[in-house]
Amino acid sequence: MAFTELSAAEKRRYERHIILPEFGEAGQLKLKNGSVLIVGTGGLGSPLALYLAAAGVGRIGLVDFDIVDESNLQRQIIHFTSDIGRTKLESAKRKILEINPSAIVETYETALRAENALDILRNYDVIVDGTDNFPTRYLVADACTILGKPNVYGSIFRFEGQVTVFNYQDGPSYRCLYPEPPPPGLVPSCAEGGVLGVLPGVVGVLQATEAIKILTGVGTPLKGRLLLYNALDLTFRTVKVRRNPKWAVGAEHPDVKGLVDYEQFCGLKRHGAVADEISVQELKSWQDQGRSFTLVDVREPHEYDHVNLGGKLIPLNTVLARQSEIPREGVVVVQCKVGGRSRQAIESLKAAGYNNLLNLAGGIVAWQKEIDTTLPRP
Amino acid sequence: MATVLVPTALRKLTSNLAEVEVPGSTVGEVLRNLAAAHPAVGQQVFENGKIRGFVNVFVGDEDIRFLEGEATPVKEDEEITLIPAIAGGF
Repeated sequence: MAFTELSAAEKRRYERHIILPEFGEAGQLKLKNGSVLIVGTGGLGSPLALYLAAAGVGRIGLVDFDIVDESNLQRQIIHFTSDIGRTKLESAKRKILEINPSAIVETYETALRAENALDILRNYDVIVDGTDNFPTRYLVADACTILGKPNVYGSIFRFEGQVTVFNYQDGPSYRCLYPEPPPPGLVPSCAEGGVLGVLPGVVGVLQATEAIKILTGVGTPLKGRLLLYNALDLTFRTVKVRRNPKWAVGAEHPDVKGLVDYEQFCGLKRHGAVADEISVQELKSWQDQGRSFTLVDVREPHEYDHVNLGGKLIPLNTVLARQSEIPREGVVVVQCKVGGRSRQAIESLKAAGYNNLLNLAGGIVAWQKEIDTTLPRP
Repeated sequence: MATVLVPTALRKLTSNLAEVEVPGSTVGEVLRNLAAAHPAVGQQVFENGKIRGFVNVFVGDEDIRFLEGEATPVKEDEEITLIPAIAGGF
């Protein structure tokens, strides 16, 4: 049931909005009746949730399954030092209600998957994508396209950010801009590549602005334009994003008919057994049987120090230089965080003549999830 | 000479240059000349001789997929921007 007026307390709280002629009480009422789903409460999700709560968005949904970790605090400003070890949802919900006790906060402590995405997304007016990996981005994007929901997109890498609004009115969708994902390993994640802590602040606040514009109808949303922000050079540029009739909402012959397996779509797993892959379960049984093998961890030292499986640390960019430390006989299992970098390492080493390498499917993340949940999350 | 704007993700492959001046009269020519000068960038941009599907190339503010693709003519002093897909958010 929609609210038809603001209370006296709300008129006081939102006075600075209400006196904006473009906004007025009508705009504030639209926020109160509006709902936003924030997928991910990390770097982008933090400023998003804080500002949307402060602005008076009536209902805020949060999707996350992560725990607050010390290394998050450099940028995920909704989480405090005292929250380390708490779930991100619990931490974020507490802050949102502290800022705005009348906000309705709905939490989904789960990974967004093809099986649950449509049911979660359909209850919201606007979806904001604050995730950190390609499979989930394609999942959010396709689910929004199927449901016809606006998708406020932001992504970050090192010192650069991208922002746009997909699926708004007749605008393009994510796939119109990025028809296919990069092969695994080619684009490093923030965990490998690093990210300037304030960068998700800038990008998340731009996303929050767009979400508010869509809910209230004030201004012109960033539809059909991709904003490129570079913090190092301090440049903002926009380029055009065109609608491709194959992929946009309402396409006559849509390519996106339903949700798929996005891990597979992004090349993170393949059909059937792959000759040079080993699952975490197999590796565990090898350990239990006392089979002899060498484990090589190709992540970065800081990741290794946080949690490791006792492998030999040889970061990806040093594997060729340090070949002498990798045996050419016996079995060598190569492992990284989720399996992308180790795949790259294996390809380089194969080119250098190795034929005794196995990739640990799913990496240490799969090990922590499926074999040893007592380990810290990688 | 066209100017190719290099995203930070690829700058370590261009000796940290943010802009590279490259000769060529079409997008394909310019990018192949860029690849010849900076082979590591070439590997990121091309696969089997074609521009990789996840690399977006813009001339000015237009996506070459909506112009003439690699055959899109490039004028002197025009800017070509490479925009790779990025996914970070946490």
